[in-house]
Amino acid sequence: MGALRDYFAAIGRTIVTLGDGLAVTFSYLLRKPCTIQYPDRTPEPVVSMLPERSRGFLEADVEVCTGCKLCESACPIDCIHVEIAKDESGQRMIQRFEIDLSKCMFCGLCVEACPAGGLRHSHEFEGGMGDVRHLYVSFLDEPVPPAKKGKTVEPKPLGSIIRARLARPFDPYRGDRPASGARAPLSRGGEP
Amino acid sequence: MDALYELITGSDLGFWWKQLLLAVLIGAVGVIVFSVALVYAALMTYLERRVSGRVQSRVGPNRVGPLGLLQWLADGAKMILKEDVIPAAADRPLFRLAPYPVVIGVFAAFASVPFGEWLIAADLNVGLLYLLAITSLVVVGILMAGWASNNKWSLFGGIRSAAQIVSYEVPTALAILVVVLMAGSLSTQDIIREQGGWPWDWYVFRQPFAFAAFFLYFTAALAEGNRTPFDLPEAESELVAGYNTEYSGMRFGGFYLGEFGNVYLMCAIATLVFFGGWQIPGVSPAEHHGSWLWQIVGFGLFFVKAWAASFVVVWLRWTLPRLRVDQLMSLCYRYLVPLSFVCLLGTAVLMMLVPAGSLFDSLLRFGTFGFGLLVAAIFFWRVLWHIRHVGDRIDLKILARGVRGRFDPAIQHRAYGAFRKQQKQPEESR
Ligand code: SF4
Ligand code: SF4
Repeated sequence: MGALRDYFAAIGRTIVTLGDGLAVTFSYLLRKPCTIQYPDRTPEPVVSMLPERSRGFLEADVEVCTGCKLCESACPIDCIHVEIAKDESGQRMIQRFEIDLSKCMFCGLCVEACPAGGLRHSHEFEGGMGDVRHLYVSFLDEPVPPAKKGKTVEPKPLGSIIRARLARPFDPYRGDRPASGARAPLSRGGEP
Repeated sequence: MDALYELITGSDLGFWWKQLLLAVLIGAVGVIVFSVALVYAALMTYLERRVSGRVQSRVGPNRVGPLGLLQWLADGAKMILKEDVIPAAADRPLFRLAPYPVVIGVFAAFASVPFGEWLIAADLNVGLLYLLAITSLVVVGILMAGWASNNKWSLFGGIRSAAQIVSYEVPTALAILVVVLMAGSLSTQDIIREQGGWPWDWYVFRQPFAFAAFFLYFTAALAEGNRTPFDLPEAESELVAGYNTEYSGMRFGGFYLGEFGNVYLMCAIATLVFFGGWQIPGVSPAEHHGSWLWQIVGFGLFFVKAWAASFVVVWLRWTLPRLRVDQLMSLCYRYLVPLSFVCLLGTAVLMMLVPAGSLFDSLLRFGTFGFGLLVAAIFFWRVLWHIRHVGDRIDLKILARGVRGRFDPAIQHRAYGAFRKQQKQPEESR
């Protein structure tokens, strides 16, 4: 008898849970979608309308970075490259700080790993480039000394670093530092 | 169609002229049916994308044409222009041939779909049998594709599809047999004529066994059409894309047209078998027959009913997760097949015991209809409950274009329910 009861109980459960699941999805059809119509002209740039914790392109503030390379090892797909070396005067310097934004999957592991708060997600997301290599972003123009304990740095506005970097992309395959000719800034909603 | 046929065969032209004209007639009807099927399948893709968008609190395609209604044309153009890649290790002739049985199997079935009383390409006296049989051609195409791709995931997809489609033919046919028993005919038009315009005259509400048979049919037909939650042959999270992994360009498009055409087809069959087809409430078939106006209204009704059913298919897809293979098989052989046998036997017994038009017959009819209404009422109460539960409200701009203007946390809150209070990120200075 038990097996028979299970059999019909299974059918009953199926019908009830299925109906309730359908009710949940149907309720979405009667509610307002929360999409923001992206490429439309919006009263202000879409970037500034994103929720506070949205994860856009990474930006690194090399003035804050201590050169610990924790972010590099935290990244599961190895798209951060930090290189530390001594210069002629024997001073430890951050030689390279590069992130391949075309590979980054915005998981945020590097941000959590960083003890100094040198990495953060900006809200920038418009990175259309003529060449995917331009999304390989270098965060320093010349070697800088890593930050020491106790150093205070004025926080920079969110997105300002990466915006400046993406406007002057450099091509790692040409081996050069930021390309000389400044490119037109990225298009963004709100601006004519 | 029939009138033209008689005009040609009855005329005093020579034998070969008659044959030629008939061939032209058949060809023309074929082209018309094919294009109708193509447009319906393409519109299915639009429906699918819009509904999935709204279920996920998105908007869906709304750029190409008014409300995005021409999206399918853009998709089609893209498909045709894409490169048709054939893997080096594939079995070339089979690989090239595989989409054709899929498309033919589905589109040929449209010949016997009664869109209106006059609007049927071929009113076969074995119409339902034809509809069930010709769609089985799809499995040949899918197996061919799976085998010819020479790739283990594709082969898995093909084999799964063979097991699934062949198994689910049984409950589908049994569930439809319930209605065939009640109508006493296999012709699609006769089955519709036997029903009436009002909901309680539809076969689905005639008696409880037919009501159950409808749900059995719908479930089994979903599985036959490879739709989620039964989309094991293409299972993108397990088999990449199953049998059509290696396909691209219009051959891939062929599989998709077949799949979406199949969805419309199963909904059209459900409409004609269970929901009264083109019957108009309060209009008798005799009145219906002569009048253009009623023909158009009847076509509209069939259209609306079939698209409503298609909507349910799409909606189910975005609600349910995929079954496992063993669950799929046990669902078929432990639940659907025995239950459809019970429905069949129950219907036969009821037909023996309850004469048509008796008091008990009306009781059954209105009782089932009332039960259906009750279920619908409970369902909508649950929908309202779910909306209220997350603190949202009904906003009936079904074709909403999304939010313009500032990001509004209140809207996100309403759409997703209560989030934890957002914390300010600590300023990064040290
Ligand atoms: S967000 Fe994730 S993927 Fe991107 S750089 Fe950081 S750790 Fe790597
Ligand atoms: S960004 Fe942070 S984690 Fe990465 S090297 Fe600099 S201090 Fe270390």
